Amino acid sequence: MELGLPHYLAVSAALFTIGVVGIFVNRKNIIVILMAIELILLSVNINLVAFSVFSGTIQGQIFAMLVLTVAAAEAAVGLAILVVYFRNRRDISVENVDLMKG
Amino acid sequence: MAFIAFSLIAAIVVLAAMFVIAARNPVHSVLWLILTFFSAAGLLVLIGAEFLAMLLVVVYVGAVAVLFLFVVMMLDVDFVELKQGTARYWPFALLVGVILLAELALVSAAGGSIPTGNMDASPNAPTNAEAIGFVMYTDYMLLFQLAGIVLLVAMVGAIVLTLRHKPHIKRQDIAKQTGRRRADAVELKDPTPGQGI
Repeated sequence: MELGLPHYLAVSAALFTIGVVGIFVNRKNIIVILMAIELILLSVNINLVAFSVFSGTIQGQIFAMLVLTVAAAEAAVGLAILVVYFRNRRDISVENVDLMKG
Repeated sequence: MAFIAFSLIAAIVVLAAMFVIAARNPVHSVLWLILTFFSAAGLLVLIGAEFLAMLLVVVYVGAVAVLFLFVVMMLDVDFVELKQGTARYWPFALLVGVILLAELALVSAAGGSIPTGNMDASPNAPTNAEAIGFVMYTDYMLLFQLAGIVLLVAMVGAIVLTLRHKPHIKRQDIAKQTGRRRADAVELKDPTPGQGI
């Protein structure tokens, strides 16, 4: 069977859904929420690259690189915020974050 | 042949992603995440996007996953307590997932034209990395530089957020050292004998 765009879109859709479900399931644990967001961004990247390759243009891959950059920056800042939050509260439970409002 | 490899790798990607969100221990989640990224890189290699695949391995596995691992292991968090009550969320989460998948399937069933076209396949065609380089440093120079600025801002932000000076620790303060003047560092005393200062 010939490898086509729909196959990649299916994998990407599955990854996206797993990421969204992961956010709902682990709503207490912000580390796993960040990982679920990484999964979602990965699925977006697979989509972009698949469209780029199967339509014969390279621009999609450039955009995938930019998404990769933003994902890396997001992970770095998110984890830094997590570390600061843990230092202040000795706990990373998301449920109590609203206690911080000034 | 390519389709068999695709099916295998795609199955690994989806399974590993499921374990990422279902694992009890976040360290295991990170390890499954690394497997997911590696397999996704394999998927990209299959359609000839080698450069993006290598970038995925370098950036995600080499930097992001290690960062996650570092933070997970550094924070002394009681993960058992965090995991309690998760069972309550599963039905709702699965409902959301099924709805989302149904919507995606609906959209793809509705059709729309699938783009067709082929990369330049002549013998002296540029490789994937060359093709990306040709446009990235010309047409997309501005975006390239902006991506660098995004990374710089993220780096500075992460450092500013996590850097802290403990007040009771003696540490070298170069500005204070070089800012010292003779007037405020040296004091002349003229004690008379037998009286002390």
